[in-house]
Amino acid sequence: MSMTQLPLRAQLASALGRSAATLSRLTGRGDGSVIGGRVGLMLEPDLLRQLARDKKLALVSATNGKTTTTRLIVSALLEMGEVATNAFGANMPAGHVSALSQGKEAPYGVLEVDEKYLPEVLDTTGAGVLCLMNLSRDQMDRAAEIWLLAQKWRRALSGKPTHVVANCDDPLVTWGASTAASVTWVAGGQRWKEDSWCCPECGGPLDRKDTDWACRECTFHRPEPHWVLDDTFAVDRHGRRWQLDIQLPGLANRSNAVMALAVAEAFGLPVERALPRLREVKSVAGRYTTVSRDGRDARLLLAKNPAGWLEAFDVALGASDGPDPAAAGLPPVRVSPVILSVNAQGPDGRDTSWLWDVDYRILRGRNVFVTGERRLDLALRLDVADVPFVLCDSFSAALAMQPPGHVDVIANYTAFQQIRQEFGRAV
Amino acid sequence: MPSDSAVRIVWIYPDLLSTYGDQGNLLVLEQRAARRGIPFESIRVRSADPVPETGDIYLIGGGEDRPQILAAERLRKDGGLHRALARGAAMLAVCAGYQIMGSTFGGEEGQPVQGLGLLDISSGRGSVRGVGELVAEVDSALNLPTLTGFENHMGVTRLGPGVKPLAKVVTGVGNGDGFEGCHAGHVVGTYLHGPALARNPALADLLLRWAVGSELAPLDDSRYEALRQERLTAVASR
Ligand SMILES: [Zn+2]
Repeated sequence: MSMTQLPLRAQLASALGRSAATLSRLTGRGDGSVIGGRVGLMLEPDLLRQLARDKKLALVSATNGKTTTTRLIVSALLEMGEVATNAFGANMPAGHVSALSQGKEAPYGVLEVDEKYLPEVLDTTGAGVLCLMNLSRDQMDRAAEIWLLAQKWRRALSGKPTHVVANCDDPLVTWGASTAASVTWVAGGQRWKEDSWCCPECGGPLDRKDTDWACRECTFHRPEPHWVLDDTFAVDRHGRRWQLDIQLPGLANRSNAVMALAVAEAFGLPVERALPRLREVKSVAGRYTTVSRDGRDARLLLAKNPAGWLEAFDVALGASDGPDPAAAGLPPVRVSPVILSVNAQGPDGRDTSWLWDVDYRILRGRNVFVTGERRLDLALRLDVADVPFVLCDSFSAALAMQPPGHVDVIANYTAFQQIRQEFGRAV
Repeated sequence: MPSDSAVRIVWIYPDLLSTYGDQGNLLVLEQRAARRGIPFESIRVRSADPVPETGDIYLIGGGEDRPQILAAERLRKDGGLHRALARGAAMLAVCAGYQIMGSTFGGEEGQPVQGLGLLDISSGRGSVRGVGELVAEVDSALNLPTLTGFENHMGVTRLGPGVKPLAKVVTGVGNGDGFEGCHAGHVVGTYLHGPALARNPALADLLLRWAVGSELAPLDDSRYEALRQERLTAVASR
């Protein structure tokens, strides 16, 4: 729908929302995506519904990988036309209003949606496609309980025509998606399993064999996947194997890429056109970017919860990228140091208990540097895991201690943003 | 415990009740036993498996409403924990795990659900969520330093005459009556979730002492102390 087709009140609300966003950006108070949307929603609560009405819309939700997968899907759909999206990760309704206002003429929309808001946003927008990747424990003092979340997804999907693209390797996601009218099941892998040992349907034990899983006490089991992530390949529903070859590192991003390909398919976009677009994405909101100072090249990895730390370890320790050097007859990869930074401000969750859910023993044998506002929590955690480390007062101090060359930085949300800030958000 | 056998630490149902870093309590006990050369054996009991009754220290953690109800049903049916505590085993019960130790607790809609009846307490659902740092002065009978940790729950727990409050709340919510947690015999219940023992190593040592039956060698606790002081100072300066 073009601007002129929107009801007058919605036009006004949308326009005012955009000027508030501009003001917010000009005054340097933010990227404007939230405040603009809030002004818009205040003037017209139904604005989101109206803005979404004539778009082909995909919603993306998960505990981890929302922003990256949204970006990958956008990149793919750009092959077909303009795409409206909340690129700044403002993933609640105000951010959605802002995103759709700014891309009003775009025929397509891809919105990252906070897990809790998904039922509401699905109801309001009537999105045709929903992409669900994973569900695991998050900062519990601010995030919702995940069994409850999956239950709410089920209710929201029931009776709607929405097509779901869901990761069938995650039992809780599978359960959450299984009331949908139609589903593309993607075997996207599941590294973090600590939240899915029990059947969400009946509470019985889930038996696992390789990637397969099934409840011992009821009929709930892993659906047959249409798409499979096989290490560095995507296998589509016709059995064709596609070397992913994306620039974003790590297994989690290859999983995100297969999800994106399956979503693109749901929009009628074939792999041969979508995949080259995915390969163009280098970094997402600063994640995976390398910043340099005084000969040190620091790669920035964001990890907000235990599952996110596993993914970051995978990238930082290079466990699954490229050929095994020994097998390929290459010299061993130099073990690069790791800087860890942890805060506990509002967006991080004020509770640092989750540190105890992360298995840090994998860092043994690395040079580990610890900083951030809650470095003493992390210090004790590493001490108990028998991981030697150096405690640093600041990120700059930690970086200054590095030899020239590559260093990986793993930080949670506000710690990550502080580091980006230090480098002028040029990333 | 005979001196030639290991301290058996049993973590009950990590597949259902392990939402808030509960693994930390096990890891801290293991570290403090290991550093003293006390042999130990850790057993993680999945909810589909029987609870061994020959453990020395039992741990049970926090979780969501549905897993909490499932865990209570299974533990009632299993009976292993009941027999272990009757033998005098030590236990730390945390948050949802603390609530199910009592006669009743609040279910998904606040409905009363039958607990294990192992502690003389009953819990229900309060009207506000208690989220944040908790500071409390421990019952002098236990001779422990200030209790510090993080709570996140909507529970309200009433203590019966069969238990004593674990600590008097200075900052935070706890049971909702000015006290936090409870203790009876060798069983301690608390709303401090996750790594409560990481923030309170003296409480970890109390459990170990009960299990070993003798005094423990002192450890260098500077890492623990640094964290404790930082958190206590942060709370006091708010
Ligand atoms: Zn089942």
